[in-house]
Amino acid sequence: MKKICILDYGSGNVKSVENLIKYLNYDFVISNNENDIIECTHLILPGVGSFEYAMMKINEKIPISTLKNEVLIKEKNFMGICVGMQVLAQFGYENGKFEGLGWIEGDVKKLKTQNLSLPHIGWNNCEIVKEDNIFKDLNDVRDFYFLHSYALEIKNNNEIIATTSYGTSFCSVLKKKNIYGIQFHPEKSQKAGMILINNFLNQ
Amino acid sequence: MKKRRLIPVLLLRNGWLVQSRNFRDYQNLGNPVTAVKRLSEWASDELIYLDISRDDNYDIKRSDQGYPNRKNFLDIITDVSKVTFMPITVGGKINKISDIEKRLKVGADKVAINTIAIHNPKFIQDSSKEFGSQCIVVSLDFYKFENQYFIFDNKTRKVTEINIYDFIKKVEDFGAGEIFLNSVNRDGKGNGYDIDFFNEISKKINIPIIACGGAGDWFDMYDIFDKTCVDAVAAANIFHYRDQSVFLAKKFLYEKNVNVRKPDLLMIK
Repeated sequence: MKKICILDYGSGNVKSVENLIKYLNYDFVISNNENDIIECTHLILPGVGSFEYAMMKINEKIPISTLKNEVLIKEKNFMGICVGMQVLAQFGYENGKFEGLGWIEGDVKKLKTQNLSLPHIGWNNCEIVKEDNIFKDLNDVRDFYFLHSYALEIKNNNEIIATTSYGTSFCSVLKKKNIYGIQFHPEKSQKAGMILINNFLNQ
Repeated sequence: MKKRRLIPVLLLRNGWLVQSRNFRDYQNLGNPVTAVKRLSEWASDELIYLDISRDDNYDIKRSDQGYPNRKNFLDIITDVSKVTFMPITVGGKINKISDIEKRLKVGADKVAINTIAIHNPKFIQDSSKEFGSQCIVVSLDFYKFENQYFIFDNKTRKVTEINIYDFIKKVEDFGAGEIFLNSVNRDGKGNGYDIDFFNEISKKINIPIIACGGAGDWFDMYDIFDKTCVDAVAAANIFHYRDQSVFLAKKFLYEKNVNVRKPDLLMIK
């Protein structure tokens, strides 16, 4: 039986993620409680806002050792969205240097977009660099909604499964074993977002 | 490559969705949530939802519609965000930081600030610092008079002496993420976007411009995308009156090789 835990640390887009999971008819909780983290089958870490603020709130609200045990040791399915993906890095360089969760080797840096404006706001497509189940049934529609100025620069190239270009090419989907990081907002990407979330929840 | 966007605008006046003409005459279009569901199914890229009520009465005073009567604007947005899985910008009656916070909490992704931005431009700076530039859309209505463009004040319903070209630079410098520009002269007329104006203005600033006012058919949208660098086109009336409007508009643009998202129809339960 699937049970989804949307990690609650006061992120702004929890409501939208909740709306989507509810719409897709999955059993879920929004929680930062240890038992919920242990008992669920899938964990989602939403995110919007700055790296520093997200990490501060995560450290404050989420029992990190429990989460680490579930994700890194027991290899429970995990998805980080937007800043929820970025905090997986070792360090974030938005308004200073801040320590992330360090689950992925790499740092979060400002997009080098040449003359294009930041933030990168709007619908953009993903180029798949490594086939993965998360893209199942997404051959036709691979446009997603982006809203960010920073991106995770990953050291280990084979953890990158899709890239997106906006003045520069950056990692828009990462996968390391059971961990997915999604730079765009699937909860705001209509049909494509629903398919992607469904693919994740069916793993 | 990043796509150019089509954005339906919804105007809410005392609990009803309305159509407007010259910012003055309003016609009822129906239930505020049903329309959003339709626009979602036609795969709009985003929505702009503006509260233009003069007072705080949102009760539609009907129980025969099969919809709940919602007592305030935030309840309406809460319901709206349940049937739409795309970005929503919410505007109207934003005067302080906490007004923004309340709107984001119920499912808005961005807010559009208008009157306060004109009277206290520093608010643009304060709010974009607090919530991030990506969250702040400055919405300006402009009036063309003897080949000059001035900002129109919605509250006093008067044209100000503020030249829009001067003001717009300030908006960008103060950290707004996007700018939503609406022509008062063309509102509800369907005689096409003000191409010259948008061409001029999109050369002057770097942040994305959402152009509004005057769309009469899909060609008007093609025309402005073809002749200017605006990032998005917005329209109200034309998207509400035609079945599958957004889908058809997108199809028209897509077939003319405009860089928009592929047209699609979705089923929303």
